[in-house]
Amino acid sequence: MRPVPAMATAALLLAMLPGHAGEIPPDARRSGTSFMAAETRAIQDDDSANPGMLWALDGDELWRRKVGASGQSCADCHGDARDSMTGVASRYPAFDRETGQPVNLEQRINLERERHQQAPLLAYESHDLLALEALVARQSRGLPIASGTDPELAPFVARGRELFTRRQGQLNLSCANCHDDNWDKHLAGSAVTQGHPTGYPLYRLEWQTLGSLQRRLRGCIFGVRAQPYEFGTPELVELELYLMTRAAGMAMEAPAVRP
Amino acid sequence: MAALINVPPKAKRGDIIEIKTLMSHIMETGYRHTADGAVVPRDIITSFACRYNGSEIFRAELFPAIAANPFLSFFPIAADSGTFDFEWTGDNGFSATATAKITVE
Amino acid sequence: MTEAQTTRRHVLALTAGAAVASAVPLIIVRPAAATPATLAAAIRAVVGTAVVHPGKVRLEIPPLVENGNTVPMTVSVANPMTSEDHVRSIHVFNEKNPQPNIGNFHLGPRAGSAQVSTRIRLADSQKITAIAQLSDGSFWSISVDVIVTLAACTEELI
Repeated sequence: MRPVPAMATAALLLAMLPGHAGEIPPDARRSGTSFMAAETRAIQDDDSANPGMLWALDGDELWRRKVGASGQSCADCHGDARDSMTGVASRYPAFDRETGQPVNLEQRINLERERHQQAPLLAYESHDLLALEALVARQSRGLPIASGTDPELAPFVARGRELFTRRQGQLNLSCANCHDDNWDKHLAGSAVTQGHPTGYPLYRLEWQTLGSLQRRLRGCIFGVRAQPYEFGTPELVELELYLMTRAAGMAMEAPAVRP
Repeated sequence: MAALINVPPKAKRGDIIEIKTLMSHIMETGYRHTADGAVVPRDIITSFACRYNGSEIFRAELFPAIAANPFLSFFPIAADSGTFDFEWTGDNGFSATATAKITVE
Repeated sequence: MTEAQTTRRHVLALTAGAAVASAVPLIIVRPAAATPATLAAAIRAVVGTAVVHPGKVRLEIPPLVENGNTVPMTVSVANPMTSEDHVRSIHVFNEKNPQPNIGNFHLGPRAGSAQVSTRIRLADSQKITAIAQLSDGSFWSISVDVIVTLAACTEELI
């Protein structure tokens, strides 16, 4: 006989709660860093011990590599990433005028490759795409998150909020049930954080590798026994966008380390 | 494969310095299985050595219990100015090297 | 494979508690753990028939581990590290991973300090043992108990 999983019991209890209690007040917001053990924080704080920096190192090399029919590297147009990419990641996902939709950093990198380098697209979660993303995101470290301020993004932010608060899956849980209403409690030994995307792309100890916010979202959606959206779908980009606006003003920490 | 090495560029003779190394490697244990039951073969770094001006000062034998992207830190004595050479070797002919210079006054 | 067996395997994939990450979806089949006998054999391979004295070695490892995939560990011996008196090597063992060895670290008089840090994997709550060999041939050891809590969700690359 299969034992009832702990999550199903938790889901039953949460389903009995009256509904979404409400957003976290801005000054009560805490990054995932504050929920971690001291030794995991120590890994994040040391650039010579943070495995995420291995990807940023590779990203630096890829940044200067000439690719595609254009024979151009990122550096040919953007110069040194340390200067030109400051503050970029902190305002993504951003509105792309040509497609009329928000795009995340991974999609922006691929759009640049397609439109300006005539280079093949990099697969989601591939080493090279994560390395470039880690390099760019690293240049926003310490800066306040400023995504979603473009008025064109308002309807997409609203859709992201709807996705965040909608119950889904066999466990019938919404993101908000845990991350707005029950953060700082524990689920099977792990802390429930507030779910702010301050550190992406990040090195997750569980993955033993660097991964994107979309990978984490798919993992969570899978965890409530719902069908996860494919990488790069509008729903995931809208969720990313909403999460970044929910974390507006919090400091970027990429590439972070998480358990 | 990326390697992150942290060696102080300068030190005083006789100082104990900390060297930190981080190497990209999946460290596949050989104990995981695919969905159809096949073993994912072991693929790990098995040894790391550090030479200081040509002499070996530190060596490590690593096993699957070492976490992915292995981190190693150790504490040599700063003796003469020169070079630290680092070498990682492992399964499937894995081999990587790195160097760092130090000025000792 | 019968239908029932395929279903059980799929369930195993969804409810297994440990972490997996790979390009291929993985399931967890718990392999044989290091037994007391294999651990004893691994230690004997290093010390032979010599007596191992408790003491001199320090093992820093979090008593409550956030994720068994990456556990910071520092092993050290307070020792002058001279040519007459130094630590030759430090060997670290575990009792419940599939294999008893974690790492062997070879030092010597050119090492300024007998201290090594790394990050290890722990499959379960268990005892970690570190054994140091000094230049006079003697062996010293310490053992530490570690509790490992696993992550909440099964993680596959999806």
